Amino acid sequence: MEVTIATGRQRGVRLIGAAQRSAASAPSAASAPPQLALSLALPDGSSLVPVVRIGEYVRLGQVVAWSPDCEGTPLHASVSGQVSAIELRDAIGMSARMPAIVIDNDGRDERDPGLIPVADYTLRSAEELLARIEAGGIVGLGGAAFPTHLKLAPTPSTPVETLVINGVECEPGIQCDDMLMRYRAESMLFGAQVMLHIVGAGRCVIAIEADKPEAIAATRTAVKAAGDARLSVAIVPTYYPAGGERQLIEFLFGTQVPAGGLPRDVGVVCQNVGTAAAIATLIRTGEPLVSRLVTVTGLGVAFPRTLEVRLGTPLSHLIEECGGYTPDITRLIAGGMMMGVALPHDALAVAKTTHCVIAATAADLVPRGPAMPCIRCGDCAEACPSHLLPQELYRHAVEEDDAGLARFGITDCIECGCCDAVCPSQLPLVSVFGAARRQLQVNTVTTERRDLARQRFNAHTQRLAVEQAERQRRLKERRPAGRKDE
Amino acid sequence: MLLVLAMLVPAAAADVFWFGPGLPIQIVIASLSALLAESVMLALRREPLQPSLGDGSALVTAALLAFALPPLAPWWVAACGSAFAIVFAKHLFGGLGRNLFNPAMAGFALLLLTFPAEMSRWSMPIVVASHHLGFTDTLTTIFTGVPPVAWDAISSATPLDAVHSGLKTGATLQEVLARTSTAHSASIWSSLGILLGGLGLLGLRIIRWPSPVSMLAAVVVSAGLLNAIDPGTYPGVLFHLTSGATLLGAFFIACDPVTTAASHRGRLWFGAGVGLLTVVIRSWTAYPDGIAFAVLIMNLFVPLIDRLTVPRIYGHAR
Amino acid sequence: MPPVVLLSGAAFVLALLGAWVMQRRSPGEQNDEQTLIDQVDALLPQTQCGQCTFTGCRPYATAMVRGEADINQCPPGGHATAARLARLLERPSKPVDPVFGDPLAPPLVAYILEELCIGCARCLPACPVDAILGAARFTHTVIAADCTGCKLCIAPCPVDCIEMRPVVHLAAPH
Repeated sequence: MEVTIATGRQRGVRLIGAAQRSAASAPSAASAPPQLALSLALPDGSSLVPVVRIGEYVRLGQVVAWSPDCEGTPLHASVSGQVSAIELRDAIGMSARMPAIVIDNDGRDERDPGLIPVADYTLRSAEELLARIEAGGIVGLGGAAFPTHLKLAPTPSTPVETLVINGVECEPGIQCDDMLMRYRAESMLFGAQVMLHIVGAGRCVIAIEADKPEAIAATRTAVKAAGDARLSVAIVPTYYPAGGERQLIEFLFGTQVPAGGLPRDVGVVCQNVGTAAAIATLIRTGEPLVSRLVTVTGLGVAFPRTLEVRLGTPLSHLIEECGGYTPDITRLIAGGMMMGVALPHDALAVAKTTHCVIAATAADLVPRGPAMPCIRCGDCAEACPSHLLPQELYRHAVEEDDAGLARFGITDCIECGCCDAVCPSQLPLVSVFGAARRQLQVNTVTTERRDLARQRFNAHTQRLAVEQAERQRRLKERRPAGRKDE
Repeated sequence: MLLVLAMLVPAAAADVFWFGPGLPIQIVIASLSALLAESVMLALRREPLQPSLGDGSALVTAALLAFALPPLAPWWVAACGSAFAIVFAKHLFGGLGRNLFNPAMAGFALLLLTFPAEMSRWSMPIVVASHHLGFTDTLTTIFTGVPPVAWDAISSATPLDAVHSGLKTGATLQEVLARTSTAHSASIWSSLGILLGGLGLLGLRIIRWPSPVSMLAAVVVSAGLLNAIDPGTYPGVLFHLTSGATLLGAFFIACDPVTTAASHRGRLWFGAGVGLLTVVIRSWTAYPDGIAFAVLIMNLFVPLIDRLTVPRIYGHAR
Repeated sequence: MPPVVLLSGAAFVLALLGAWVMQRRSPGEQNDEQTLIDQVDALLPQTQCGQCTFTGCRPYATAMVRGEADINQCPPGGHATAARLARLLERPSKPVDPVFGDPLAPPLVAYILEELCIGCARCLPACPVDAILGAARFTHTVIAADCTGCKLCIAPCPVDCIEMRPVVHLAAPH
């Protein structure tokens, strides 16, 4: 794999050789494994609360866990069978073990009778549909897993003019969005129409990368078939991270989402193509989010492909579906080549955030030499999609200079890895920035606590001094003047 | 770094063709001295010799310094300058990536101030020289400091020197330029070599366009303006571009990433400053060429430029 | 003549520019002793525990600035704080001396076992940050968010009803 700085108006990198190794066949459904583990972990580190008991029989689509504080959406059983355990398990992207519901699959896929489709969504109010989407457990399937109903919820102060359906893969090599547009474009457009109805936007732009001609053709055909004037297709140049929500909006409309703000502030709501298709399934069949497309790729797996996978499927089962490992597998990665995380083992389960699994060999990975001093060449700044100066950030991070880090915008770093990939000195910039950002947050809280402790200590010392003086004054008053002690 | 060296080859070839084999010898001397200084400093700073010694940065410094020296300068001139550049301008500031000043230019400035006599004995172009020094003669001259014939027979003023001192004697600019035309055509060929290498660097994306473009633009504008005001005193734009170290400075020195500004906008300001100061120094000071001092002065302003040209972060108001 | 004027003028203008930038960067910064003590104090953890042998963080900071104490006497700050102090005060860096306490001890907060507390109020003045809530003959309790874990309340308690517990609400980034 080779990395070059993207030229032109957009900031980022081009990855050459991160070829799509997964075959271009229609995504087939992976077989359901005999046992699944539905992780209750939420992206922010909290977790859902189980609503089933060990030994209970659950049906496909039945709610097994929910979020009492509405931080996440409910989780549904992806097969029918018996809950055999609720225990702590390793979860993808989590440093600590998180609770998971283990279900023994009975293979019958008995559906929960409570799953009812919506006959004509145009007759339903936005609130009702949003409640449906929330109950259907639908989250952003691009990788961030932000609850979709929150993103679509109406805010009177910022009306939505445009709905963007994001079909730009978040990272090169991932193919689930591509496959979805090629084979399920109609379903995706239906989901988009539902969302248009909810947010009341006047137009919908489906953004697709220029190097995906089949997806573009399929989507165009479907748009024509739908006969909806609100729908249009936009072609986005191939570079990384074009699929980032903020980068995509900047490219499509030439406006930047304000820092700390949301796309809504510029009249846009952005949703992944997979999310749109999941909404379509929910409305048409009543089936909640129980499966998703996962790309299995890399030279370390025999037959790379994109599969429709039940949530909770162990990665080992997924690899077997793809013909097993090749002998030269060196590393298992969840996510893409740029932002993915290396996994400790393959007993981890597919979650709503899992869009890609890479069984990497040495040839898949960018070789890294020893880190050399920064020569301020500025390649990183040229590649940074957030328009930061990574060379300055690095200097301040090494010096632990929090004020400098804040001044050069460490909190605006999206940790996309572009700077890291183009650095001729092979500096581990992203990991340094990630650590620095977390440290900065901790330091800010610590400083607050310290300042408070210092204030309280000063107040305490002063109070003791005043009390002491008071006691002495009283002592003096009690003694008649002129009389000596003893 | 090694590609930077490769891109100096066309200019070196032109130089050897016009002025004899002095330059390669100077490069070797300067490189040996630089590598020695680098090793000593790394040892003193208790840092591993590799990979710092092998990254080629010391060699680039040495080669650029050698380009700035008179080809027949005594060996200790190159050795001193090179060692000073590495020890003082580079390692005492913290080594590669932390130096404030361009090491080669710092070394050159020191030599210019300390050994003015040796630094002004420029070779006469071979085609006009009455005596032609071969390789052995050149080597002897450099190592003994005594040429086989009188200095006057083999040395001459550079075009910039000629203009600088010629105008003081009361000659008109046109007369001076006519007198130095051979030396100037030699200088043009060297400049073409540098230009070729510089374009190569740009093409290979080793350097970026802002510094050279803004520096050359500043030279063109300021020199053109002066020439328009008083053509009898101030030479034209082409003369400025093709004489002295203008192009070497634009493509190889002002582009040194370590000592230039961080952002593209900052580099535009940096380059413009270097170009303007170069013309100012050439026109009104005691020094015929001004690249080295211009670069060093602008190096001082890099932290200020960096502070004032931080790019607007995505989603933030200015 | 004109070049001299020009160059001096240019130098003057640039000097003014530089001065303006410096001014903007640090308005009225003085490097006197109090400023340095403030800087040193800012690095200290403010546990006010007295393990350094001084009566609080600021007295220790003052002693360090005046050269009366070494930089390695603050166990709650750990080795990292010792290193930062060494850098700020330009002294040789050294790890925390275990004589003063365990620099690797996890952060703790005091907890009063309320069923044992007799309400004697002796721990109240001992707390350097007034983090114990209570009055004579009333059960006391520790405001965990304000407790610095200095352990100074443990000694005065006549019934040993105060124990140290690990911090559960560790400064979570919000």
